[in-house]
Amino acid sequence: MPPKLLSYSDVGSPVHRLNGVTKLIAFLLFSIAGMVSYDTRCLLVMLVISLSVFYISKVPFKQYSFVLYLILIFSALNQLAIFLFSPEQGVQIYGTRHELLHIAGRYSLTSEQLFYQFNVLLKFAVVVPPALLFLLATEPSEFASSLNRVGVSYKVAYAISLTMRYIPDVQQEYVNISTAAQARGIDLSKKEKLGRRVKNMAAILLPLVLATLERIEKVSAALELRGFGRKRKRTWYRSRPLTKRDTLVIAGAVLISAAVLVITFWDGSRFYNPFV
Amino acid sequence: MQSSKGFSVKTVVAIGIGAALFVVLARFGSIPTGIPNTNLQTNYAILALFALLYGPWAGLLIGLIGHTVADLISFGPWFSWIIASGVFGLLAGLFSRGIRIHDGEFGGKEILRFNIAQIIANAAAWFIVAPVLDILIYAEPANKVFTQGLAAGAMNMVTVAILGTLIAIAYSKTRTKRGSLTREA
Repeated sequence: MPPKLLSYSDVGSPVHRLNGVTKLIAFLLFSIAGMVSYDTRCLLVMLVISLSVFYISKVPFKQYSFVLYLILIFSALNQLAIFLFSPEQGVQIYGTRHELLHIAGRYSLTSEQLFYQFNVLLKFAVVVPPALLFLLATEPSEFASSLNRVGVSYKVAYAISLTMRYIPDVQQEYVNISTAAQARGIDLSKKEKLGRRVKNMAAILLPLVLATLERIEKVSAALELRGFGRKRKRTWYRSRPLTKRDTLVIAGAVLISAAVLVITFWDGSRFYNPFV
Repeated sequence: MQSSKGFSVKTVVAIGIGAALFVVLARFGSIPTGIPNTNLQTNYAILALFALLYGPWAGLLIGLIGHTVADLISFGPWFSWIIASGVFGLLAGLFSRGIRIHDGEFGGKEILRFNIAQIIANAAAWFIVAPVLDILIYAEPANKVFTQGLAAGAMNMVTVAILGTLIAIAYSKTRTKRGSLTREA
């Protein structure tokens, strides 16, 4: 019954063979550049790059199709909301006004608004492929060691790998508790009144939280018995040295994001303005 | 337990598993209110509770890790709100510091403090941090992001006030109170 969350599978592509550190650094650099830049040309180039890397990675479509639909729905709603709340945002940013079509009242379609909303979409689209790739093409136990390598404290890195490890377990527990509760007539669907539904949710959350707290006690006792956290450093079972290929990719990512930042701010504004 | 070098083992595990719980509830544990696309997010009640139990740093990291993973497995990372979740966990933990829920103390006074803490944390995270970052990072229209922030913040306040308080009370009842033993004459 529970839909499968995104999971790693090794299809042996060049992207899979890259070191986890490399993928993490590339993902972070792309995210930062994508967040800062509003330059359409840069964003388009970045999108092309991240899509081609995604293509090279050969991740099977069905592994992320579900995510893709959600992304489409989310973006569509967000675009609609932007237009409803502020149909003149593009005009404000780009300083000119080319009206294409008057809709009604204060709503009219301008090319500036279309261009602005296209940029918002682009900004989001640029980050999605590297994020998905980092998640789908990195061995989970390599996560923690890569994070530690780039300077995250090993305890925090370990906490993140614990999260990845325990999501399926907690999910199973949630499903068990909620089906058991439903069998006893505790309804969470829309048929129940809202107040009642909240109360019913509490009836499911309480055992779930108590079970989770107990799990925390158990796992931390086990870790403590193995001497976790005694030393300032630790080694990782899954950590590989960087190869030549990794250095190349990291250098490439650094160059691209540096270029993006330079080109974006060259004229002193983070927006690329085709209207003047 | 405070500085990032000195996390206790239990805090590390609580961050990891707490974030897993946050992710699972983000996906499956939301209650539809009847208004389209508006759900009561039960995971923020859990985040406030874990911040209360394990402190502000745990709250910060559960918020950041949990929200990032939850976003990645649903529609890709939306950074401004991820940071806001972390801020919420941090502040909720910071202002509810000193409540000794582990010793079974969660009466009227503590309930009040916990709720003041969560309301301040929600207000800071969703009325200020999330919309301001939306404007800075994504240059989204101000009236849109502030409306979204107000709606999300108000709903999270209600969710945490009801569910968070209920669960915290129930949890405190499972703990043995300090000084609850009486000597038999």
